[in-house]
Amino acid sequence: MSKVIGEVILGVQNISLRFGGVKALTDISFDVREHEVRAIIGPNGAGKSSMLNCINGVYTPQEGSITFRGQSFDHMNSRQVAEMGIARTFQNLALFKGMSVIDNIMTGRNLKIRSNIFLQALRIGPAQREEEEHRLKVEHIIDFLEIQAYRKTPVGQLPYGLQKRVDLGRALAMEPQVLLLDEPMAGMNMEEKQDMCRFILDVNDEFGTTIVLIEHDMGVVMDISDRVVVLDYGKKIGDGTPEEVRNNKEVISAYLGTSH
Amino acid sequence: MQTTFPRLMRMHAQQRPSAPALREKEYGIWQTTSWSSLAQLVQSVACGLHQAGLQRGEHIIIVGANRPRLYATMLAAQSLGAIPVPLYQDAAAAECVFPINNAEVRFCVVEDQEQVDKMLEVREQCPQLSHIYFDDPRGLRKYTEDGLGAIEALIAAGSEFAQQHPQFYADEVEKAQNTDVAAMFFTSGTTGNPKGVVHTHGSLIDRADAGAEFDKLTHSEDVLAYMPPAWIGQNIFSYAQWLVCGYVVNCPESAATVTIDLKEIGPTYYFAPPRVFESMLTSVMIRMEDAGSLKRGMFHYFMGVAQKVGPPLMDGQSVGFAERLKYAVGNWLVYGPLRNNLGFSRVRVAYTAGEAIGPDLFTFFRSIGVNIKQLYGSTETAVFVCLQPDNEARADTVGVPCKGVEIKVADNGEILVKSRGLLKGYYKNPEATAQVLTADGWYHTSDAGFIDSHGHLKIIDRVKDVGRIVGGANDGAMFAPKYVENKLKFFPHIKEVVAYGDQREKVCVMINIDFDAVGNWAERRNLPYAGYTDLAQKTEVYQLIQECVEKVNADLAQDTLLAGSQVSRFLVLHKELDADDGELTRTNKVRRSFIAEKYKPLVDGLYGGMTSQFIETVVKFEDGRSGSVSATLLISEAKTFTPVKAAA
Repeated sequence: MSKVIGEVILGVQNISLRFGGVKALTDISFDVREHEVRAIIGPNGAGKSSMLNCINGVYTPQEGSITFRGQSFDHMNSRQVAEMGIARTFQNLALFKGMSVIDNIMTGRNLKIRSNIFLQALRIGPAQREEEEHRLKVEHIIDFLEIQAYRKTPVGQLPYGLQKRVDLGRALAMEPQVLLLDEPMAGMNMEEKQDMCRFILDVNDEFGTTIVLIEHDMGVVMDISDRVVVLDYGKKIGDGTPEEVRNNKEVISAYLGTSH
Repeated sequence: MQTTFPRLMRMHAQQRPSAPALREKEYGIWQTTSWSSLAQLVQSVACGLHQAGLQRGEHIIIVGANRPRLYATMLAAQSLGAIPVPLYQDAAAAECVFPINNAEVRFCVVEDQEQVDKMLEVREQCPQLSHIYFDDPRGLRKYTEDGLGAIEALIAAGSEFAQQHPQFYADEVEKAQNTDVAAMFFTSGTTGNPKGVVHTHGSLIDRADAGAEFDKLTHSEDVLAYMPPAWIGQNIFSYAQWLVCGYVVNCPESAATVTIDLKEIGPTYYFAPPRVFESMLTSVMIRMEDAGSLKRGMFHYFMGVAQKVGPPLMDGQSVGFAERLKYAVGNWLVYGPLRNNLGFSRVRVAYTAGEAIGPDLFTFFRSIGVNIKQLYGSTETAVFVCLQPDNEARADTVGVPCKGVEIKVADNGEILVKSRGLLKGYYKNPEATAQVLTADGWYHTSDAGFIDSHGHLKIIDRVKDVGRIVGGANDGAMFAPKYVENKLKFFPHIKEVVAYGDQREKVCVMINIDFDAVGNWAERRNLPYAGYTDLAQKTEVYQLIQECVEKVNADLAQDTLLAGSQVSRFLVLHKELDADDGELTRTNKVRRSFIAEKYKPLVDGLYGGMTSQFIETVVKFEDGRSGSVSATLLISEAKTFTPVKAAA
């Protein structure tokens, strides 16, 4: 029994992004369907993270448009994008190192908290009850990611692989519809990679979350993705199922080089 | 007690319906199940299993960690007169095949996806395995195999059945007798197939009760259940005694959180094999090394005080006022906080069993005020044979026979046990049963030992391993290899030991150093070394090991019976003994005869009086390749002592 891949949820049309004279992305178009695992791959400097930052609202592309459930959001900031239901993790983590695992994941609930800062600070009125509700959600994520043993450990003391899991947990705490993962497997050993793959597939499977991931490790990408986009020097050079991409001549030459 | 486990549960549910029976940490909070809701749950599971077709007298496999619903399943099966068979959750799928087929199991209830996968994998070899229920549905949504279902659904169906047939459950419980089979535990034999040890309600309850009476356990105890439930020790502590006493069993969140959960619960009754205590001590020592100098100084000073004063205080002996005062200050500054940190603040009784425990380790815990004691027993005896009374804990004995136990020592030194807690027999294996259980009711433990002058049982070795020294100065003396090996292994610098001496004129040993400990020791002395082999052959290391050997010899000389087992010559091996090379069993026990054959030149060197010997051995690497290691090993003499004759 396989999952049902739905309609297009996220569309990228003719995106171009320039930093002064440097063309980071040139005329990129692709789409992401609901419930699928979509990978963006490419050699170093291909524009993968720039692409993610465009979707995420960190960069605003000079040309083209991005649509989410048919609604265009060319000029949104990252907070607005987050409110729409798009969450992300970071290549270089960006966790609050001095805070505990729970607190870090709790920050992912920030957008969902309704009571104001004074009520929260004093823990009065609805604030206490609300916190309990959010804490329960966070506990479900902790259970899901199997990090119960580190609940109260400051994140900075955890090994890298676990920090990556906390980073994923914080993104999940937003209960996103689309999850953007920026090199979730970078710097991990084989076992940590396998664990992370399982979590990504489980998120996709159990919560039905659509996943867009950037990854270096070709093996991992080919194993877990439904469809793959390949970028090279800011241009799209391939798009399709892992099998199609693997046999694409341009992709092979971008990765392995060609004889001239 | 002429009762059964389900009746005990119903009794608690009637007498103390709202008292906690089980706690499980879930989503960061300890969730409590009261006796009445437990009874409700058990009734539902039982009715569900009955509806699914579980018959009286049939076996049902239970695999998983300590989970309330798995405990409820055991009770439910027993309520129907079925026999729960817990299996180790970390056993490989292939290892489950024999028990499942041996007991013709159709039903199993397992914890999670991992166990479900295992059961599905063995189904090909066990086609009768038709019903598989799981507790945790995570990852199992897409499984569509026949006969696979969530325990949740079973409970729902069962509670509906119970409403329609309100008398059914109670009637079933009443049908069971005290002499009926309650559970079966498979013991992993070192050779051949595992054997199913059959216990009745009577045998388990009798021993659980004897143990509870010995330590005056009440319903207010707290226990943390973290060892595999398939192990009889865990089953007695968190199932049989739980139902006999009616105390609270706490299930940790996961295997990784045990230390945190231990601290939160603060059990009053605790049980662990020596290695658990050892890892606690190691973590304390490592953290103290990293602590600031004030804390470290304080720790070492007061641990010195504790080692002198703690054990006698705990044994109820008189201690001078000044010492007492120092200990009180230490308790306030060091021992109390340390106990709290380890989760031992409330421990009244802690037991260790299974293997020999090092005297230093044992003393450490007693000196900081943890009442750690030893006991003796096995799966076949439903654990409790001997226990140490509160004021008589010793590292080298296993205690006095408890209520209802008769012990005698056979002519060959084997310990024989008679009690109401003995096994009914091995399942479908009358030959094996006849070997251990004689017609006059004595169980042969295959352990060699004796009763010491204080009435404590002292275990020396396995009977089949105990040998005799032949010829030489100690002609005819008893030789107990494991006893000697253990004494040496208690030193942190020694990892593994193989002792020889049976049918020979003297005892010689081959030693493996502990690479981490000795490596660290060498670094602190600025002693350079290139690797394991190099370090092992350093003369300084030989001196270090020689000191250990001679300390053991001095100790053995105190013991009239075993003075002849003193070590005359030893060598330090150039490679670690490894299970991959067949030198250790998978449970890390040395295979003496195999090693003697493999390292024949070394054994010849030891007994031939040589001072060094060349050896070349083939080693297997983890990736399956093999290579060879060679070295010229030194052989050293050790000082032996004349036995101290006991004053007649």
